[in-house]
Order: sequence, then structure tokens, then C-alpha cells
Amino acid sequence: MIPELGQFALTLALLTAVVQGVLPIWGATSNNALWMRSATSTASLQFCLIAIAFGALMRSFVVSDFTVVNVVENSNSMKPMLFKVAGTWGSHEGSLLLWTLILALFGAAVALLGRNIPTGLKARTLSVQAWISIGFLSFMLFTSNPFDRVFPAPLDGNDLNPLLQDVGLAMHPPLLYIGYVGFSIVFSFAVAALIEGRVDPAWARWVRPWTLAAWVALTGGIALGSWWAYYELGWGGWWFWDPVENVSFMPWLLGTALLHSAIVTEKRGAFKSWTILLAILTFSLSLLGTFIVRSGLLTSVHAFAVDPERGIYILGLLVVSIGGSLTLYATRVHKMEPGGLFAPVSREGGLLMNNLLLTLATATVLFGTLYPLFLEGLTGDKISVGPPFFNASFIPIMLPLVLIMGIGPFLSWKRADLAGVISRLKWVILIAWIAALVVWYIQTKGPALAVLSMAIAVWLLVATLREWSSRIRLGQVALTDSLDRLRRVPRAAHGMTMAHAGLAVCMFGFIGSSAWKSEEVLFVQAGTQVQIAGFDVTFEGVERIQGPNYIASVGTLNVMRNGRLVTVLYPERRSYPVAQSQTTEAAIRSTPAGDLYASITEPVNQEVDGQWTLRILYEPLVGFVWLGSLMLVLGGLLSLSDRRLRVGAPKRKARSEIIPVAAE
Amino acid sequence: MIRILLILMFCATTAHAVEPDEILSDPALEARARAISADLRCVVCQNEPIDTSNAGVARDLRLLVRERLVAGDTDKQVFDYVVARYGDYVLFRPPWKPTTFALWLTPIALAILGMLSVLLILSRSSKGFATIEVLSLEEEAQLSEITKTKENRDT
Amino acid sequence: MKKFLPILPLCAAIGIGVAGWWGLNPDRDPGAIPSVLIDKPVPEFELASIAGTSTPGLKTQDLLENQEPILVNVFASWCVPCRAEHAVLARMVREENLNLVGINYKDKPATAAKWLAELGNPYRRIGSDETGRAGIEWGISGVPETFIVGPGGKVVFRYVGPISSDAAIGKIREALAAARADKP
Repeated sequence: MIPELGQFALTLALLTAVVQGVLPIWGATSNNALWMRSATSTASLQFCLIAIAFGALMRSFVVSDFTVVNVVENSNSMKPMLFKVAGTWGSHEGSLLLWTLILALFGAAVALLGRNIPTGLKARTLSVQAWISIGFLSFMLFTSNPFDRVFPAPLDGNDLNPLLQDVGLAMHPPLLYIGYVGFSIVFSFAVAALIEGRVDPAWARWVRPWTLAAWVALTGGIALGSWWAYYELGWGGWWFWDPVENVSFMPWLLGTALLHSAIVTEKRGAFKSWTILLAILTFSLSLLGTFIVRSGLLTSVHAFAVDPERGIYILGLLVVSIGGSLTLYATRVHKMEPGGLFAPVSREGGLLMNNLLLTLATATVLFGTLYPLFLEGLTGDKISVGPPFFNASFIPIMLPLVLIMGIGPFLSWKRADLAGVISRLKWVILIAWIAALVVWYIQTKGPALAVLSMAIAVWLLVATLREWSSRIRLGQVALTDSLDRLRRVPRAAHGMTMAHAGLAVCMFGFIGSSAWKSEEVLFVQAGTQVQIAGFDVTFEGVERIQGPNYIASVGTLNVMRNGRLVTVLYPERRSYPVAQSQTTEAAIRSTPAGDLYASITEPVNQEVDGQWTLRILYEPLVGFVWLGSLMLVLGGLLSLSDRRLRVGAPKRKARSEIIPVAAE
Repeated sequence: MIRILLILMFCATTAHAVEPDEILSDPALEARARAISADLRCVVCQNEPIDTSNAGVARDLRLLVRERLVAGDTDKQVFDYVVARYGDYVLFRPPWKPTTFALWLTPIALAILGMLSVLLILSRSSKGFATIEVLSLEEEAQLSEITKTKENRDT
Repeated sequence: MKKFLPILPLCAAIGIGVAGWWGLNPDRDPGAIPSVLIDKPVPEFELASIAGTSTPGLKTQDLLENQEPILVNVFASWCVPCRAEHAVLARMVREENLNLVGINYKDKPATAAKWLAELGNPYRRIGSDETGRAGIEWGISGVPETFIVGPGGKVVFRYVGPISSDAAIGKIREALAAARADKP
């Protein structure tokens, strides 16, 4: 009964979406206020209906209703409750339902929270959003119905791969999707503006909070995925330039560019065509990502069950949405009025470079990811494009960008005094040089690129802090005065500081864990000792322990430094009888200086009893990757909480005191 | 289909990667072996290098790489040896040949294109900018007076 | 010039769309790796026979002076699909006079001998590749894989997977016919 209810709700949602896709935009053209306002009710209704469907599916998982095919394929009565719930979105059909839920969520949010958005723009935006919903809802209902039933119901379902039964991984899709799909509303705003035929700076003001919300979620989702790979997969890596990773990273890169481009459009009316294009392209990349992951185009461990029929349908969706929006862009972008002029050295100039470099990085990653497909189609040759290519092309683009990021906040709008800015930053440059020398001294054997990158990361961090300190006039006025200024600086500025500093912190982690990693691999028995990174590690033996649905062999490692016990590590090797597979649970000791990462496996040639293979890695500074990601998310949230972003049009209010803010 | 599922389960579980009995006694050679293994794609677990892959073929190839290094091959010769048997697919670093010129050169071409367009945009913008006269200090003061009075009248 | 820039993203999207549409071809296997050996001479290898069997071993020389195409089948006793394939191959040897040789990949001789005794031995020659090194020479990634060596010792065809379905058998027959027609 409940699954039928869910399917019925989805069908109703599709019908609602059709109404929402027609009425408001027709009303906007014919200036019918009633029809335009209908968007609010249809958007809210659509969200409620899809939420009901989502709830129905979740309930089926929670009670283990094995008459539903999706539950049979992705759940098992013995699974812990958290993973039963997570099974709702763990399959192709379920994740599509999550997609449409978030699409509807953002539509309803704009409908209900966007009180200050002009009616015409709001109506058109919600109609475009509905068009996307129609595409996905019909895709689901016609080819990937999550509510398909099976009679008679099997006694129990298939088990989920034990590798995927992990909290971090359970939360990774929802967060990622809020990011991915959140950009849909920005896309809708952009298409609506193109249809309307104009982009005023106010448009950018409406768009920024939604872009920021999606960006924050996407940052969190990607970081969570990387973190999971790091502690679960056993080789201490957190990024592999796998096609599916790239496909989540590209919207992030363009989303960052969009965020910054929208600032220029809002404050100076410039970069309109850039911002619109970025808005369209960011979501287009999300859609492309969905296509690549679900169509079996490229090999990937991430791929859902593949079906050419589904692939064609999604491709059709892409042709309509991406092709349509880009055609609209090509034909109507010239109608945009050009914005304020600016000198080459100015904040606009800096942000133009920002746009360019991020777009270039995205294009490079996209090209590298798809090149094997192009080549195979044209010549039949099969090649691989892996980390060496991406690292070689991505890093040289990002390093100059980070350099510019340091200066950017110091540049004023329209025209900046470069000499003046550089002179303000001379201490920062000096500190970066010193950092380079220190790093080179400590890590003489590492790659030279690491030294350079470290220096640039230090440059970014110190320059960002310098800008923040000059904003509150730290050191120039009394401390209480500085604290006072701190409170009055708009939150968005704090957000920028936090986010830019966060990126620098991330870079410390990136560089440390890639360039200065050390590793020991050896056979161990009780009593074997090994030295790594100044630690003395002794393997004490293995114990067998029974878990809820697995049997674990738990190793004990005593880690000493200078004769004193630092920690005891317990790496595990788990065997899951039902799924007939094994996993390795690495033991990690995290400190700011680095992670000690140990895992055990049975040796391939087991001649000696009680012998295990021990793998110990020391990854310097890797914790900063997660700390930096957290700072990025916090920075975004800080900015999001800024009142100015939530208030719509700036109301005229008496300004009692003008605080000289450097620039925003 | 079952084969694909089995492969995925097998490959996604963790490292029976480099085993201690494969490690060479010469640390310099071993370091080269690890570096080469990290750049060779496993043909079974295709999203991993042979350095971390569980597959039997991966282990055989790791041993083969070390054998060739001990026999005195240069890094390039080792790569060529494997490519002669499996094709360019096993290289994570795409080779530099006519079919991949486009791959390696496109980022550079795009970068140049991008820089040119930025210069174009900047020159057009600054040309217009230079022709605008900047307000003198007096005129700035007058302007702020006017806007302040207007604001006071509105509120 | 400025007029053309806004069309660029659309052109790029169309290009990607075409590539995507091509890539969706259901006959295409994104994970398939084309064999480097096609149209090249048989690789150098020499394998002894399986200890405990009377079938002679296999080396490069045995594949060079043939007039008929030879089917080189890489199999193992631990490979489940190989069982189904075995029956098909045996029938082809009986009924169509197929010239069949085998490479026993990463198998213990005793287990392999037992497997052959149980299922029958249709192979004219079998090389015992315990270390898997010969398999690497042939560029295999798993079992079963089958190669067709044409006249003059040139590898002309490779099939990945068991030859047990009608589609697979059809492909093999086709390739054999093509190899036969290609006499030096």
C-alpha cells in the first residue's frame, strides 16, 4: 500500500511540475499576476509530494519490505538501521528520487523564502526548475521506478557491499546532491534571466545565496568522499582523478568561479555574460556527471547498474536542457548591457583572472576525463588519462590562481594601486620566502615543486590574515577598538577570510601528504619491529573478535618514540560471511604533524603461520586537508548567514556611521 | 554481468597491494619499481594502479617490473615492455604520440586563448576607462554632499 | 570575433553530446582492452607439458608452421566459466576438426590433470603456465581468453570470456572462417 502511495505521489508530482512549468512562465509573458503567483503553491506542493514518495521509500527500507524490488536489491534484514535508512538513496532509483527531492526542495525554498525576488523573475525561474523536474520525474517513472514490486516477496534481500556500510559514505550522497542539485536553481535563475532578456545587478544579489548554499554542500560532500576513501580504502590516498571524482570536482570549480563572478555583477554590473554562462555551465556539468555515472560510458568503481535505455534517456535530457540553455545563451547574451569599466589592475581584473583560471582548470579536467572516449570513438585506440596528466596540467593553473588570491582582497574596485598593495604586502612576501627556505631545509629530499607550493600556500594564508587584520586595524588602534570593528565587519567578509585561509590550510595538507609520504611494508609476526618517521613500532600479534555481521582479526601495534609509548594502534582485517568479502580497517593516529596509518592483511604466500603483512604509512600534514575543508565550509556558512545576502533589495536606511571598509 | 559484479567486489576491497616478498633489496631500485607501478594501470581493477591492486595479474606485473629493473632496464624500457604486451591503456601518463598531441597541447592552447581574451577584455575596458575623467577631490566632496542631502530627504 | 565566442560553449556541448551518444552503444564494453597482438606474430614463449599428462607442451614454434588456423585457449581448473566453454570446444574439435591448443594458466599441475581427466582433454597440446608469465606475453587479463592464430603464425583474433553462448560461438566461427580465407 505504502509503496503504491509513493508512486502515486510521484505521478502527482509530475503533473504538478507540468502545471508549474507552464502556468507561471506564461503568466510572466502575459503579465498575469495570478498565474505567476501560482508558482509558489505548485512548487510547495511538488516538494510535499516528492517528500511523501521519499518517505514511503524510506519506510519500505526501515521495515524491510521485501515486496519492493529496490529494497530486495539493496537491503537485508540484518543490516544496522542507519544503513537501512541510507539504502534509500544507495541505488540508481533511490538516488534519482533524492535528486528530484532536492530539486523540489530548492524550488520550494525559492518560492517561500524569496519574498523580495521580482515576481516575473521568480515565476520564470520556478517554471524552468519545473522543466528540470519534469525531465527527472519522467525518467524515474518511465525507466527507473523505485517502487516496482515483486511477488512473491523473497525471504531476505541481498546484502549491501560491506565496504559501503560506513557512516561517512552513507552521508556522502545527500550532501553531494544538495551541492550538485542546488546549482539547478542558479541555472534556472540564469535561464529565466535570458528569457526575460535582461540581467540587472540585483539578479546577482538573488543568485548569490543559493550558489553559496549549493557550493557549501558540494564542498562538504567532496571532502566527505575523500575522507572516506582515505580511512577506508587502505592505501592512504584521498584523490585519484577517477572520472567520477572529476565529475564532482568540475561543478565545484565552476561554482567557485560563479560565486566570485556574481559578486562583480552585483557590485559593478560587469561580467554579466560570464556569470550567466557560469551559472548554466555549472549545472550542466552536474547533469553531465549524472550521465557519466549512470550510463556506463567510462569504467569506474562508482557506476550504478547500467542500462543503455536509461543512458539514452538521460542523454536526451541533457540535449534538451544543456543544448537549449546554451542556444538561448548564444542568441540572447548580446542583449545584456555592458557593465562598469575597470582598469586592468583592479578587483574586477583580479576576479577576471580568477574566472579565467578556474574555467581553464575545469576545461582541462573535462578534456582529460573525456579524451579516452573521444579517441576511442575516432580511432578505436584505448588510452588512459590518469593522475600524471591531471597533476601536470592542473597544478600549474592553480598555483598562479592562489598567488592572485592573496592579492585580490587588497585590490579596490575599478582601479587599484598595485605598487601600494605590493608595498603593504612586502612582509608577507618575506615570510613566504622564509617558509620556502625552512621547508627546503627540513625536507631536502622532497620534490622542488613541494617547496614552491608550500611557499605559495603560506603566502595565501599570511596575506589573507594580513587583509583581515588591516580591516580591523589590528595593532594600529586599541585592542578594544579592533574587537569592536570585528563585530561590525560584515559576516561575508569574515566568510571570505575563513574560506581563503581554509584553502591555504588544505594546500598544506595536499602538499605534505603527497610529497613527503613515507611507507614501510613488511612481513610481521609477534615481536617484529619496524622504524618509520622517527617512531619505533612493534607488532604484538593478532586477536580474533566477533562483530555484528563479521569476524575480525585485530592486530596490536605498540608505537614508541624515544623509548616512551606514544599510542597503541589496532588495525583490523574483517571477514563478512554473508557477503563473502573482506575489508581492511586501517588504524590511524592523527596529529597536526601527520598521520601514522597502519593496516594488516594476510600475506599472499602464507608459508609461516601467524604471519601477516603490515603496511605502515606516515603522511605528514594530511589532517590539514580535512581541517581546511571544514574551514571552507564554515567560511561559506558564515557568508550565508550575512544579513545582506538574505535581505532582498537594499532598503534605504539611515546610515548612522560610515565604517571605512577596505573593500568587499 | 556477474563477472563485472565479482570484479567490482574484489577490486574495491582493500590492498593486497605490494607484498613484502616482492620488495627488492636495493632501495633505489625498489623506489623506481614503486614509482613505475604507481603509473601502470591494472587491467582487471581498472581504477587502480598495479601498486595497490588486489588482482593476480597486478602482482605478476609488479614482479615483472622488478625483474626488468634488476636486469638493468631503464624506466622507459620497463614501460615499453609492458606496453608491448598490453597496449597504451596501461599507462596512466598518456604517451606523447600523434594520437595524444591534442590531449597534451589543448590545455596550453586553451591557456593561451584565455590569456588573449583576457587581454582583449582588459584593453577594451581600460581604453574606455582612460577616457573617463576622474573627479577631482573638490568634485568628490560636492558629490557626497549632494547624495547625503538626497538620502536625508528620502528617509 | 566577439559574436562567435558565445557559440563556443554550445559547440563544445554538441561535441560532447555526440561522443556520449556514440559511447552508449550497447555493444561497446567500456572496460574492454583491445589486444596489442592482433596482426602481429605469436609472442615468444615456451611451456612444458602439465606434469602427469601425456599431452605435449606448447611453445611458439608449434604455432608457426600451420596451414589451418589454430585456436589457443587460455584456461584454468579454478575458472568456473571454463567448464561451460570446455564442452563447446570439445564438440568443435570432434565435429569441425578444430585445431585446439591450450595454455593452463596459474594452475597446479595435479589439479589441472584431474580437471582434464574429469572433463576430457580436447587439446592437441597444453602449455603449463604456473607463474602466469606466458599469460603476460599474450597480454591476458583473466581467464578464459581465446586467440586465433592464422597461417604463418600471425595472431588474427582474440576473444575475452567463455565461448559458451551462441553469440560467442558465432563470433569464433566467423573469425575462423576469415582466418581460413586468408591463406598466404
